[in-house]
Order: sequence, then C-alpha cells, then structure tokens
Amino acid sequence: MTPAGSLLLAKDLRKSYGSTPALDGAEFSIHPGEVVAVMGPSGSGKSTLLHCLAGIVTPDSGSILYNGRELSSMKDAERSALRRSEFGFVFQFGQLVPELTCTENVALPLRLTGVRRKEAERTALSWMERLEVEDLGNKRPGEVSGGQGQRVAVARSLVTSPRVVFADEPTGALDSLNGERVMQLLTEAARSTNAAVVLVTHEARVAAYSDREVVVRDGKSRDMMLEHSV
Amino acid sequence: MSIGHTLLGLLESGPRHGYDLKRAFDEKFGHDRPLHYGQVYSTMSRLLKNGLVEVDGVEAGGGPERKRYAITEAGITDVEAWLKQPEKPEPYLQSTLYTKVVLALLTGRSAGDLLDTQRAEHLRLMRILTDRKRRGDLSDQLICDHALFHLEADLRWLELTAARLDQLATEVRA
Amino acid sequence: MNRLRDLTLGARFALTGGREGWTRTLMTAIGVGLGVALLLATTALPGALSARDARDNARNDYGAGQETPAAADTMLIARTDTVFGGDDVRGRLVQPEGDRAPVPPGLSALPAPGTMVVSPELRDLLKSPGGKLLRERVPYKITGTIGDAGLLGPHELAYYAGSDSLKGHKTLSSNRIDIERIKTFPDKKPGEPIDPILALLIVIIFVVLLLPVAVFIAAAVRFGGDRRDKRLAALRLVGADSRMTRWIAAGEALAGSLLGLGLGTVFFLIARQYVGEVTIARLNVFPSDLNPSVALALLVGVAVPAAAVGVTLFALRGVVIEPLGVVRTSVPRPRRLWWRLLLPVVGLGLLIPMFDKGRDTGFYNQTQVIGGTVLLLIGVTALLPWLIETVVRRLGGGGVGWQLAVRRLQLNSGAAARLVNGIAVAVAGAIALQMLFSGIEGDYVKSSGEDTARAQLVVPMSSNLSKAEQERREENLKAVPGVTGTTTLGNVGLHTPNPDDQKYVEMAVGDCRALREVGELPSCKDGDVFVAAGGEFGGDGAAPGAKLLFESAWVGDRKGPETPYTVPRDARTVQARPDPLGTKRGGLLATPGAVRKFTKISVYYTTYVTTRPGDGTAADRVLNAAWRDDPFTRARALNDVKTATKFSGVRRGLYIGAAAVLMLIGTSLLVSMLEQLRERKRLLSSLVAFGTRRTTLSWSVLWQTAVPVTLGLTLASGVGLGLGAVLLRMVGRPIHIDWPSVAGMVGIGGAVVLLVTALSLPPLWRLMRPDGLRTE
Repeated sequence: MTPAGSLLLAKDLRKSYGSTPALDGAEFSIHPGEVVAVMGPSGSGKSTLLHCLAGIVTPDSGSILYNGRELSSMKDAERSALRRSEFGFVFQFGQLVPELTCTENVALPLRLTGVRRKEAERTALSWMERLEVEDLGNKRPGEVSGGQGQRVAVARSLVTSPRVVFADEPTGALDSLNGERVMQLLTEAARSTNAAVVLVTHEARVAAYSDREVVVRDGKSRDMMLEHSV
Repeated sequence: MSIGHTLLGLLESGPRHGYDLKRAFDEKFGHDRPLHYGQVYSTMSRLLKNGLVEVDGVEAGGGPERKRYAITEAGITDVEAWLKQPEKPEPYLQSTLYTKVVLALLTGRSAGDLLDTQRAEHLRLMRILTDRKRRGDLSDQLICDHALFHLEADLRWLELTAARLDQLATEVRA
Repeated sequence: MNRLRDLTLGARFALTGGREGWTRTLMTAIGVGLGVALLLATTALPGALSARDARDNARNDYGAGQETPAAADTMLIARTDTVFGGDDVRGRLVQPEGDRAPVPPGLSALPAPGTMVVSPELRDLLKSPGGKLLRERVPYKITGTIGDAGLLGPHELAYYAGSDSLKGHKTLSSNRIDIERIKTFPDKKPGEPIDPILALLIVIIFVVLLLPVAVFIAAAVRFGGDRRDKRLAALRLVGADSRMTRWIAAGEALAGSLLGLGLGTVFFLIARQYVGEVTIARLNVFPSDLNPSVALALLVGVAVPAAAVGVTLFALRGVVIEPLGVVRTSVPRPRRLWWRLLLPVVGLGLLIPMFDKGRDTGFYNQTQVIGGTVLLLIGVTALLPWLIETVVRRLGGGGVGWQLAVRRLQLNSGAAARLVNGIAVAVAGAIALQMLFSGIEGDYVKSSGEDTARAQLVVPMSSNLSKAEQERREENLKAVPGVTGTTTLGNVGLHTPNPDDQKYVEMAVGDCRALREVGELPSCKDGDVFVAAGGEFGGDGAAPGAKLLFESAWVGDRKGPETPYTVPRDARTVQARPDPLGTKRGGLLATPGAVRKFTKISVYYTTYVTTRPGDGTAADRVLNAAWRDDPFTRARALNDVKTATKFSGVRRGLYIGAAAVLMLIGTSLLVSMLEQLRERKRLLSSLVAFGTRRTTLSWSVLWQTAVPVTLGLTLASGVGLGLGAVLLRMVGRPIHIDWPSVAGMVGIGGAVVLLVTALSLPPLWRLMRPDGLRTE
C-alpha cells in the first residue's frame, strides 16, 4: 500500500485552540477497508486529529486529502455534504437523539441526505439486524442499555454505507464485554462494506481490532505507512 | 500448571484409560502444547504411588496405556485442597523491559524508540490474539483474553514509562 | 422544623451555589422581579385612579348653590374650558366677591384681574411658539403656577385667571358660558356611583393582565430546573431523602423569589419615576399617586414567595430524584380530560346566572365575576397540556426538522405546555376583553350625530344681539384665514296659547340657504314659511293657520310681553333634516322676510363655520375670533364621535399591556429555549458532525415553539371568544365577534414566537460549532 492509494491522507497538521496547541505536526493515512487505530494518552490531540480528518474542524495549516480532494479548501456546505454522504460517526456516549426512537436515530443520516422516511427506516432496520439490535426499533435511547445504545450508534454510522467511519472512543463508556462486542460488530460490518475506520482509542485491546496504529503524542503523530513509502 | 492435579480432577467424573485422559486434557487445556504420553504415565505412576489413584482394571493386551485409573478418596481430598488454595500472584518484579529502558537511558540511546518498538510488537501480538479470539469458541476467547489482558497491562506500563522517561532519566543518571 | 431547615439550606445553595447557582437564582429573580413590578403597578393603579378622583373632587366647582347671595366668602367663577390642538385646556375665570372668597387647591391666593396662574405644562405651551394661537384666547399675565394639589396629572393644561367683569355677565343667556357663585372648594360631595359595566371592565382587565403575570412567575421560579434536578441528585447521593430534596429545591426557588421581590420593588420604583411622562387614554398621573395599597403590596409580598414554594413542590411531584444523578419522571399517566374541563365549566356556571343583568339591575357580584373569569382562563392552562399532548401524539410525517421537533414535543409535551400557558391565557383574556369593549363601545362611544362634512365649528351667539351686531360678528368669522363659509340660523321659541296644554314650537329663522340645512325645501324665496315634519321636538303645535305666541324675551330680570303669531295658511309642509349638529328640528322654518315685523322677539343666532380641509390651525383661529367678540362664547369644534379618542385609548392601553405581558412571557420562552440548547450542546455538535444543515435544526427550533404556540393560540382564541360572548351576554349585548382584534392578538402571539425563534438562532448556530465535541 502506498500513499497514492490512500483514501484519506493528512500531512503536517497544526491546530491550536487559543494558545494551546492541540496538533503540532500530525500525519495520517488510511486506505479503503483499513482499520487504523489512533492511540495516545488523553489530551494528546487524538480527537482533534479525528475532527480535522472528518472535516469538522479546519486545521490551521497542513493538508488533508480525501479521495484526492483537499478538504481545507472546501466550503463548509461541501464538507457537511461530504460528512452526510461519505462519512459515518460513532461517539463515546452514543449521542443518540433522545426523543427519536432507535430506528429513527439510525435512519437520521439517511434522512439528512434526503432519503424518504419509509425507505430510510427500512435500510435502518436491516443495519440494526446486522448489529443485533433490531428488537429495539421502537424504543427510545433512554430505554436501552449503554451497549445496546452504542450498537445503535454503530448502525447509525454505517447506514449511509460511508467510505470512512470515524469512531471516537466508541467503547469508552462500555464494560469490556460490551466494548468487545461493539468493536467486533463495527469492524466486521466495516470490512464487509470495504469502509475504512478511523478508530480513536486509548485502550490497547480496542486498538487490537485495528490493522495498524498511529500514535499521537503531544500533538505529533507518525504514520509508519508514510515513512516506509518515502 | 499442576498436571497431576489436572489429571486427578479429570478422573473425578469417572474412571478413564490413560489415552482418554490425554485426549480430554488436550481438548480442554492443551491448546498450544499437547501432553506427551510419557508425561501422562509418569504422572499417573506418581499418583498411584501416593495412593491418590488406583487401577480400576486392565484391558487385555497389557501395556501401560491399557490401564484404567480411578480416583481414591485421598485423591478427591487432594483435588479439593488444590482448588481451594489461591494461586500465588505473579509479582513481575524482574522485568527485562525495565532493565532495557534503564540501560538505554544510561548509554544515551533512545528509550522512547525502544518503548515504541516494544509497543508495536505487543500490539502485533494482541492483533493476532484478537483475530484468533474472533474465530474461536468460548474457551479460545477466555484464554486469549487472559493473554490480552496481560499484554494490555504491559502496554499500560509502556505508556506510563514513556510519559515519565524524562523523570526516570534524571534519576538514573544522578 | 425540618422543613424550615431544608428551606434555608436550599436558600443557601441558591445564594452560594457558585456561578451556576447564581445565574439560575438571578434569572429567577429577574423574571419574578419583572412580574412583581407589573403586579405592584397594577395594584397601585386603583389607588392612582382614586387619588386622581380625589384631586378632581377637591377642585370641583360644579355646585348646586347658584342661588347663594353674594357675600364676603363667595366668588363668581366661569368655566372657560377650551380645546387647543386636540388637547383639553381647563380654564377658570374667577372674581372674588369679598376677602374671604375660597381659594382653589394648588393656589395660594386668587389671581388679580388680568393675571392668571397656570399649570407648568400650560406655561411651557404658552411660552412656546406652538402656543401662540392659544395665547390669543388666554391673554392674561402669568403670575404664578398651580401646585400639584390643583392638578390631575403633571401634564394637565389648566389656568385660573382673575376677572372683574363676571358680575355684569352673571345673568347671561344659556348660549354662553355659565357663571356661577360658589362658596367653597370642593363645591359638591365627591363620589358618584361607578357604572357597573365599567366596574366589570376594570375587574376583567385586572384578571386578564394579572393572570398571565402569575403564570409567568410560576414559570420563572422553574428557570434552570433541569440542572437543579441534577444537583438535587447529588444531594440524594450524600444522604438527603426525596422529601428533603424537594424542600431544598423549594428553598432555592424561595430565595430567587425573595430576591425577585426586592428587584421588582426597585423596577417598580424606577418605572414610577417615568409614569408622569406617559399619557395613556388622556390619563396622566403623578408618580406620587402611584402607590400600591399596603394590603395589596403585602399580599404580593406573601403570595409570590408562597407561590414559588408551592409551584416547586407541585412541579417535583412527578419527578423521582435518584441518588445516581438519574432524574426520572414517574410513569407518565395520560392526561385526563374531565377535571380539566371541569374548571371552565364551573367558570361558565358562575358567569351564566349573571346573563342579561345589563346595566339596569346594575350590579355584578364581583367575587362571582372574578371567580368565573379566573376559572375560565385557568381552564386554558389546564386544557392546554391535554390538547398539546393529544394533538402532538397524532403528528407525524414531514422533514427531519419537523420530526425532531414533534418527537421532542411528544416526549415532553408538558414543558412545552407550561411555556405557552402564559401566552394562551393572555391572548384569551385580551380577546375576550376586546370583544367586550367593542360590544359596549356603542354605549360609551356614541356617534354624536354631528356632521363634520357640513360644518367644522359652531359659534352660538348670545341672545339680545341686534341683527347688525350678529352680522358684524359673522363677518368677523368669515374674515378669519382658512374659513371657507358660514351659515347662520336663528332660533325663536313659540308656544300654543292654551295655558293648560301648552306645546312648545320651534322656529328656525334663516335665509333660504340656511333653512335648507334644516329642511328639505322644494323651493324657497324670502317671506316663505314652512312647517317642518318629522322633527325630534318642537313640532307638535305647528300647522298652517295655527295661532301661537312668541316666547317672551327677558328684559333685565323680567319677562317681556308675549307677541301673538299666526302661521300662514299657505305655509308648506316639508321634511325636517338634521342640522350640522345632528338635531332634527321640528316646528317652523321662517325666512327673515316672514318675521321682520316682529321686532320684539329675541333670536338666538348660531353660526356654523366651515374651514379649508387640512388647515390644522384654522379652528383655533376661529375660536380666537369668536373669543374676541365674546369672551364667554361657547364656540367649539364639531366632533363626529364623542369620547371616541378616550375609548380607543383604553383599547390601545390594553394592546400595550397585552403586548408587554406577551413580551415578558416571550423572555421566559427564550430563556428555556436557550437553556435547552445549552444542555444539548454535545448532541448538537454530534449532529453537525453528521453533516446536519443549520436550516434543519433551525426549523426544528421553530417548529418546537410554533406547534405548541399555535395550539395555545387556537385554544386561547376559542376560550377568549367564548368568554367574550359570555361577558357580552352578561351586559345584555348581542354577540359580535371583533375579528380584527382577534387577529391582532393572535398576531402579537405569533410575533412573539418568531422573535423567540429568531433570537435563539444565533446561540444555536454558535452551539453548532464543533467545539462542543471536545470532551476535555
């Protein structure tokens, strides 16, 4: 694998919040179907790296190429559209919309891209089956357990058949058994659709579900894949 | 692991032949390393000598593998005592890795690199185990998990040490 | 004792609970403060009005004692009230008849002849260039200022001028300003029974304005409730039981409301300073008159904190606070309809027995009125949660924004209902009031019948004027710039000769052009006499050939001889026509030639003046010209509608009051919306991560407010119209729906929603920035 085949390729990213540097020269690459763990102690800049890669945050400098296109030169609306259709997201605390049912939560990204309700919910249900939470369809997030909720969140991240799934500490709020199950389902589902997964975690056992890891320390990261190819 | 106690425990459910014992052992606990027949017979004769098992019968044809063993009352007591006794926790005080780190610091080599390499190696093994866990059954998962947790503990130590390398450097050089 | 301890503990949390606790307490305090200020203002209003009445009574000079003989303690007084530029000017000419003559309040001594004391506002007006025309009518030298005791409000226009010519005019005719002799101020017992319908109106206004304020205060003490609940959960963790946490919460609300009482008093005192500058419905009061009655102020002081505690305990009734930071609403029961319907039904039951009492039987049981109205309006707050829950449960379909809003409402329709309740009550009450207003407007806003298309001013002349003097004065009026024409009609009284069955007969005297103003003449030449048919009065004894007597003229203090008059046999009968003042005269219409030979009769001349349209000052110039010829003239401008401006002022006041209340409630809507948004910061950020558009979430915010508000306004319109209909029936008026005012109120309610949404969008967009995703 070479950087040329990378789906997402970031070089020399820098980003500060106020006077605090969050990223100070980070690099990253990922290929289609690959699961890459972003590791590092808390506060090292893992989440910021993920936010930059997903086009949620614009870095102060550096380049991020997605499919050959420079993310930072895109307009906000374009990046939003990209996130809607090509990216999926899983967060630490699920961040399911509490008033929507689980099915509606899963269908939400599809609905945002303009898919009609019925169809979106049908697709949502098939993903919920794959994640073994189809029974929760009519429940609200407040009525399901943390592990179930996180599986619903994973289903939601995959429902648009994204090319990249960004998972930020997806097991952070779960016990290890539930966490393992979520990781297993996430990586299997992603592999089956050839989606790449950017997995931010500080847990080695979660990272072990990845194909390789990129370590962030003090806002700096080295991607071995890039080094080898140079 | 005490092979004697394990074989005794297997006998508790009923008398078995020697080769039965070996097969049962391999199936449940042997994963990486199957028992040698010799090991089984030497252990059984020791147990016989100590009165923990007795020969229940011998099949025609003779030979040690034809003997059928049964556990004695003393044997049952012995298994029970073994199960009751907690295993001594491993103190892990003699760590090669620690030695390496300190030496790297003393000799002015990059301890950080050393830790990074080690981490990559640990993760590589963890990936293999995770993969095997994914394919295997419950016993596979439990065994792999045991190993994974240990490796994770090592990794945490690596992280912690990496975060305190500067402090350590000033101490060992003082 | 324990409760007291928990309450004080809660109060301490409210004041020392760090920045967050402080913000919450302050929000509550400001909200309660605004409400309390409004409450104090309304409770002070009756006092202010009665203080105004007292001032009015203290200077009253409408006595019955005209027959009092002149003495050392009497004085002659002439009421020279006028209107300048649409504003009333209260004027009095005074002439003491001895050294113990009474001095009106606000004056230290009576002004000397040719001088006057004026109100500060009139002084400023007369000194300004804008007051030049008025100065011509009030030319006296200013020697002093009327003190506050002699004025109704700081902006009243008033003067007392000294005169030495009143004595000679004492017995002038009724066409001129009255001159009376009085002994004291006040010259009449104060206090005249208040019109029961007006009393009803005032009661309803109070209920309608105060009820939403109460609802608002109830909402204000719940500001920041969700975060508070989390804090309470932490208290449970360290061992407080659930009863204790409730009382602690009540203590927090109590602290906020007490602080709010203080703030409210301050707000009220500040606002009171400016009340003198405001004139609503010609009502202008002194700040010092705006004093809440002690009893009502005490009631506010007790009721508000008590309500704060009560509301909090009531609100926490359905909430289970668990130690582990979990706050669950106990199994939500579907809302039942029957007891919610009970409130308005009982309210109606209280009001219906008072149907058709009209103003004849005269009085309404106030308790019953207040009870019925309050129950009906409270019924809105009881029905609305049920209505919202029921409707929202059935909603579906639509885009993502709609879905988010609907689902949120389904999950917590109670919160939405709480917020909209205030708006609904205010709108319902205001609609009912507007309906009642327009229904009884006919009683208070009478068309005066005066036709301003035919004449703009009327100048009555004194009797005993020679024809030449009358013509000279008419020429003077014609010469005034801006005057386009004059018409003069004379008036002579006759009666039938039989003393036992005397009938009064009017005779209008004027040229053919003038007579056409009062009768439909087919043809006319000088010397003609007509009999007017269909007149309102004075036509009974008039017929061709009838023998009549002219009313004798007063000569000095005695009646003159009665001159006989025979109506010509050839007098034609014509249809009477209303004159420019709206009166349909009956009797005789005579051209000057027909009565020229009767020189002894006295004719009251009245000149109608038309002015150039759009000339705003012509009227004042005409009044000045009339004044120059006769300082006691009753010349005045014509008015299509009497008291119309006054009444529209009250309605305008109601609009302003309702808008203020709605704004107040809008702020609480906004606060809770912002609070909700802040609470969902991370969720919002995650939605942005998915690529959710701003517009989607903005729509969801709009729907989330608009749906309950629409339901609330619909219910409010229904209840408001119902209450309005009931009130109209109570005063015995036909039910008539005043759609523009319904639309106006609903429009204001809708505008509040839009405003709240618009104001919550910038914070929403700020929260939608990805910073919210950062966990550290």
